[in-house]
Amino acid sequence: MKHLKQLFWISDNNGQHAPQTARMFNKKISRPAALFNLLLVAALWVALFWISLRTIQIRLDFTFLGEFRIRIWNGFLATLGLSLFSLIFSLLIGILSAAGQSSSVLFIRFFCSVYVKFIRGTPLIMQIYLFFYIVGTAWGVSNRFTAGVLILSIFEGAYIAEIIRGSLLSLEESQLEAARAVGFSRRQTWRFVILPQMITRTLPALTGQFASIIKDSSLLSIIAVIELTQTMREISAVNFRLFECYLFLGILYLCLTLPVSLISERLERRFQYEN
Amino acid sequence: MKIKFQNLSKQYEPGHVILNPMDFEDEVHTLAVIGPSGGGKSTLLRIIGGLIAPTTGKLWVDSDEIRQNEASLQQYRKTIGFVFQQGGLFRHMSALDNIAVPLEQVHGYSRTESRSRALELLERFGLKEDARKKPAALSGGQQQRVAIARAVAARPKLLLLDEPTSALDPEYTTEVLNVIRELKEEGMRFIIVTHEMGFARHACDKAAFLCEGSLLEYGESAQLFAHPETEQLQRFLGKLLEWNV
Repeated sequence: MKHLKQLFWISDNNGQHAPQTARMFNKKISRPAALFNLLLVAALWVALFWISLRTIQIRLDFTFLGEFRIRIWNGFLATLGLSLFSLIFSLLIGILSAAGQSSSVLFIRFFCSVYVKFIRGTPLIMQIYLFFYIVGTAWGVSNRFTAGVLILSIFEGAYIAEIIRGSLLSLEESQLEAARAVGFSRRQTWRFVILPQMITRTLPALTGQFASIIKDSSLLSIIAVIELTQTMREISAVNFRLFECYLFLGILYLCLTLPVSLISERLERRFQYEN
Repeated sequence: MKIKFQNLSKQYEPGHVILNPMDFEDEVHTLAVIGPSGGGKSTLLRIIGGLIAPTTGKLWVDSDEIRQNEASLQQYRKTIGFVFQQGGLFRHMSALDNIAVPLEQVHGYSRTESRSRALELLERFGLKEDARKKPAALSGGQQQRVAIARAVAARPKLLLLDEPTSALDPEYTTEVLNVIRELKEEGMRFIIVTHEMGFARHACDKAAFLCEGSLLEYGESAQLFAHPETEQLQRFLGKLLEWNV
């Protein structure tokens, strides 16, 4: 009976020193129990899926994937490239507009905060259509990949700006006062106090945002950027294997996003006790 | 060390007076600043430490005028050690780095010099085992001892302590006060803002009573505590004695 309980329940004698809320999520789990329960969960999901497909009488056939493997691989790489470039540019935009929102020049302050509010308040799909005509036509960016990176960076930059602004706001006054008291110059205060503290605070959230970038890049398929989603849409339009295509598409996105969110979780746990 | 100020005052916005204009001149070895909360004690200490600028008046330390521009203030702060009530340690740095990094970056110590100086101080204050720990992993008393170690590491000419024990449990209060007394015995000069009247009375040569932004009494500690002159100080000390054992 006790063994059976150990297989399903988390024993509560770990991590007593961590705060209550942290303990709720960071309990130590024994390896066999974890494996057993994961298998159980996986079995449930597969069964659910299988029964649903049975009901609508669909037989999955993935044999066509081999035939399209080069196109799929290229689409996968395009999504990865789009996301990486967008990450870099959106970080830049995010840092600039977070700084701009605390600028003492009113014009810059309002410019940045209107940008952040507009982007965060409207759906990405609308921005893609709108910006595609502005970026693509008026600014003369004819390369769809470049336009895609620009649009996605503008979109994600607003979210990153908020992450950075939030962490700047959470810096305690006492830390800055201590920096002055030990004799740090402004530059030294940034280098030895503000930046290290901001990095530990923003890194988990920024990693999470990268996972969002990867997923959001799929919407660029509507302006025919040939990335992973667009590739799969094209393939399914030819062979009508809609279920297989989208199922596989999901698996490919998970291959990208799962490692990223694992890293994010790990960073979060690592910095939790430090602050 | 001679500390002098003339017509020194502080107000944050018109009408919101923290310190009324005050004059002071004396040789300071160990000085306790006492008084009710909100009386301007911390503000005065921060002005003396070059952390905030007075609204009016001038300040001299060792007959050098402290000019209120950032460049000269930064030079001046290097010669002063400051200990805050709490949260003064850099939370992302280990105890060792909290002491060593300013030594290296501000005072021009080499990496090895700064580390050995930091370790020497940590060992002296009974924190050798805790050198690698971050502030969050230390008790309040340990944190304050690290803060004191950091403040005295570069051998400042004056140590300023802003209620260093107010956030601590009684047993930690004693360990921190003992450290300060030891420093005094070595000749360290300090000004301490404190609510520990026993310490102010017996461990500090002089005491100043600050109430509602005015310096109401100043003199030898023994004298000031034994014969409070103003009604405000009599009332203040009377209140403190109410629950004494």
